[in-house]
Amino acid sequence: MLITFNVNDESRTLEVFPMARLLDVLREQLQLTGTKEGCGEGECGACTVILDGKIVNSCLVPVAQVNGSNIKTIEGVAQQDQLHAVQQAFIDHGGAQCGICTPGMVLAAVDLLNRNPEPSETDIRNGLAGNLCRCTGYMKIFESVVRAYQK
Amino acid sequence: MRAFVPNYELTTPSSLAEALALLNREPGVWKPFAGGTDLMVLLEAGKLPHRNYVNIWSLNELRGIEATDTHITLGALTTYTDVQSHPVLQDEFPMLCQAASETGGLAIQNRGTLGGNIVNASPAADSPPALLAYGAEVELISTGGSRWLPYRGFHTGYKQMLIGQNELLARIRLPRNTRNATHYYRKVGTRKAQAISKVCLAGLAKLDGDQISDVRIALGSVAPIVVRCVQTEDALRGQKPDAVSIKSACATLAQEISPIDDIRSTATYRLQVAKNLLTDFLLTLRP
Repeated sequence: MLITFNVNDESRTLEVFPMARLLDVLREQLQLTGTKEGCGEGECGACTVILDGKIVNSCLVPVAQVNGSNIKTIEGVAQQDQLHAVQQAFIDHGGAQCGICTPGMVLAAVDLLNRNPEPSETDIRNGLAGNLCRCTGYMKIFESVVRAYQK
Repeated sequence: MRAFVPNYELTTPSSLAEALALLNREPGVWKPFAGGTDLMVLLEAGKLPHRNYVNIWSLNELRGIEATDTHITLGALTTYTDVQSHPVLQDEFPMLCQAASETGGLAIQNRGTLGGNIVNASPAADSPPALLAYGAEVELISTGGSRWLPYRGFHTGYKQMLIGQNELLARIRLPRNTRNATHYYRKVGTRKAQAISKVCLAGLAKLDGDQISDVRIALGSVAPIVVRCVQTEDALRGQKPDAVSIKSACATLAQEISPIDDIRSTATYRLQVAKNLLTDFLLTLRP
């Protein structure tokens, strides 16, 4: 089937199999390989993207369901050379190590701060509960998010 | 092994009427596909035998939450995020909001639907214990019209339910009679977020003085379906929540559920935790 959707404010029209995972279409057809595959079953959050203003696991979204939608991937978070406050905070405070969870973690944090500019400790923990990290022990990520909104 | 996606069809009808017409024209050929949080997991694992799906995600007729004086009615596509943010649900049906907040993480809650949680028919699903305790009803629709059924009894066995191949689950309705009730919902899993339950209990009770005048108890992950424990309820009605009645209720509960050993837990652990949760619930009823 032919579908059209916006990715990072750019309109894209593609020939796809309707049940193809959004994750695979982003990575393989659009070469947006910033979105990572972790578990492939909605547990780890590595494949998080923002779909019509809400975070989703792109491994669980069949591409037929994004026809006409707006998608933001990690590639669309920075404004040209200007990193988003969350991205800069992850660099400054050691929020990223191996990097596989980082795109999803950043998008979940960006979404959280969009909805809630001054989140409590609990809000941050809940906002990132669907994103797993095996390197940092989470505290550096947590601290990065706190620093990002303090800026 | 991962499924081969060209083998699958996912067709998007332009209206609810068109979706129902398709289900009616080719019964059993098409199955509904909503937020995908269960079906896509099976697809990736190569365990999705059915091939043809109707994409109902974009059917706005199946969305929305409406409150009247007597009921609150939720479209089948109401997501867990929608549930948590509705003021009437927060005030009067807190167990449903809590279940929604403990189902997966936010990305799952943005896609997972109440209707999907019901028709996926997992005995470990998080919202059904709350729905059973609240006396929910479900509406099934087809080209032939609509029918309401009590949710209790809708599931007849493991993954079995009273829905025709040409029917869609359209709405879920809860009676607004929970004022002055004590609501108790607790899910026990391996970790707090993103875990599937080992045992889950939803309890709703009203007191008359120090006696239990009305009580409803539903459990998940302890039987082939999510169960209302009516014998345990009968044993408690008219009693004070004292040590004797709690002990007796736990003994009745043990006869009413049939937990098993599986990948997530053991029968022994589940039985003990079920009794502990019942005890914890009944202790909250003490003055």
